[in-house]
Amino acid sequence: MTASAPDILTFDLGSVTVREINRTLHGLAAGSSVEILSPDGAHNLACGLTVPISVRIEGHTGYYCGGMNEEADILVNGHTGTGVGENMMSGRIEVTGNASQCAGASAHGGLLVIGGDTSSRCGISLKGGDIVVKGKAGAMTGFLAQKGTIVVCGDAGEGLGDSLYEARIYVKGTVASLGTDCIEKEMREEHLIQLAALLKAAGCPDKPTDFRRYGSARQLYHFHVEHAASY
Amino acid sequence: MCGIAGLFFKNGSRPERLGPLFSPMLCRMESRGADSVGFAIYGDEAPAGSHWLTLGGTTQTDWPAITGWLSAMLASPIEEPRVLHTHAIYEVPLGTESAVAGIESAFPVVIMSSGRKMQIFKEAGSPTELLDLFGLASVRGTHAIGHTRMATESAVVTAGAHPFSTGEDFCLVHNGSLSNHHWVRRKLERQGIHFRTENDSEVAAGYLSWRLREGDSLEAALESALRDLDGFFTFCIGTANGFAVLRDPIACKPAVLVETDDYVAMASEYRSLADLPGAADGRIWEPEPGIVYAWEFQHATTPA
Repeated sequence: MTASAPDILTFDLGSVTVREINRTLHGLAAGSSVEILSPDGAHNLACGLTVPISVRIEGHTGYYCGGMNEEADILVNGHTGTGVGENMMSGRIEVTGNASQCAGASAHGGLLVIGGDTSSRCGISLKGGDIVVKGKAGAMTGFLAQKGTIVVCGDAGEGLGDSLYEARIYVKGTVASLGTDCIEKEMREEHLIQLAALLKAAGCPDKPTDFRRYGSARQLYHFHVEHAASY
Repeated sequence: MCGIAGLFFKNGSRPERLGPLFSPMLCRMESRGADSVGFAIYGDEAPAGSHWLTLGGTTQTDWPAITGWLSAMLASPIEEPRVLHTHAIYEVPLGTESAVAGIESAFPVVIMSSGRKMQIFKEAGSPTELLDLFGLASVRGTHAIGHTRMATESAVVTAGAHPFSTGEDFCLVHNGSLSNHHWVRRKLERQGIHFRTENDSEVAAGYLSWRLREGDSLEAALESALRDLDGFFTFCIGTANGFAVLRDPIACKPAVLVETDDYVAMASEYRSLADLPGAADGRIWEPEPGIVYAWEFQHATTPA
């Protein structure tokens, strides 16, 4: 750990372990700034943060980067492995490159911005977080998503929104196929307002009117009251 | 889990780089599979009319006795093998497969592979220690594929370790599990494909050998594997002149590829690739579900 620029703590994974870094991050005061060098695909970087600090990671990370994040602002200048921002509660995570599968899985809150493409199952079981993908989103994006919003500025892969509950999905490009019980829905004023705010927060120049909205048709058996006793 | 890694130099040049670059790649996958390790090296081509027969034994194996048995069985003098830890590599004439098959009942050894370029080494135990004992960091060649195993469906024994070879210069490593392997195995046995273990991954290797034998290209064989093999898989495949990667249609198991002008490398995780020269600035991507990725040498090559 060294102090490079004023008030920025710098860690290099060539000389410290992930556990040492995370332990230090957990003890920092609100407003602190940290930079992490040479991640080289390491897993579990900047996980479980609970205070509003700023973390910049220079390079490609492994699994679960920024997992369970609360309040912190995390920037990854590179690609991320499986499960970036998994179970995020609040705060912001931005990835300049691509994200592997299950980006933002079951996130309850906060904003996850992916500068490039996402692999399969982005936003799986989303529970209230917002995800903006500036590139393409892979197969089964929004699988089982319950609440929150997924914005895809490029194309979406096969099975978009399969078994969706109440999450909203906006796609600007083409959709390879819709998943079970996912349908295109009317884009009303409230949706254009919500989408404009998310695009602005993510720094996207795209126009909200160029997007289509997708959501649940609410036709799967668990939406029917006669099946209530099954649960 | 299980970890896999592969490295293929696209123009086959500078074979001395293979071991030093590939060994750390496979070591980093130990955290995904720590009970066995195996790797295939595509190295110096055997002299004309012969191929490499790689045998696995123990550190106590009486290799001179085996050399004598081979010489008698093949009715020609066989040179003493190159011994690497528990394995030995013999140069034997082509077309002697059935003549040498009896070696497994005559001695406590197992035939690991045969090929004009390919040699397979595998063993149950700590991957890092075994790779050191096999001397992977100093091997030469044009490409290599390897596997670190965390057994889920069959015992932790050397026979269950990958790669699986079911044909000359052909092998496969697999992360995942197949659900219809009994059915496919019965079908392949009727086609004369011989299996050595009860392992599902060996069935995948046998399936591809069968398609290649029937005249398919590697790409076509993998396309038909997508139709006939049911289950989870990321495969990495080596042939004498090629290298391929395939994931199942829902991409259950991880894979990352990096490609530069010089090489293509794949691994279960980016960690394995991070130290390759130029990797961080190369083309890095995840293979799409159900899409065949295959490479062949850009120029006809013999490692020099």
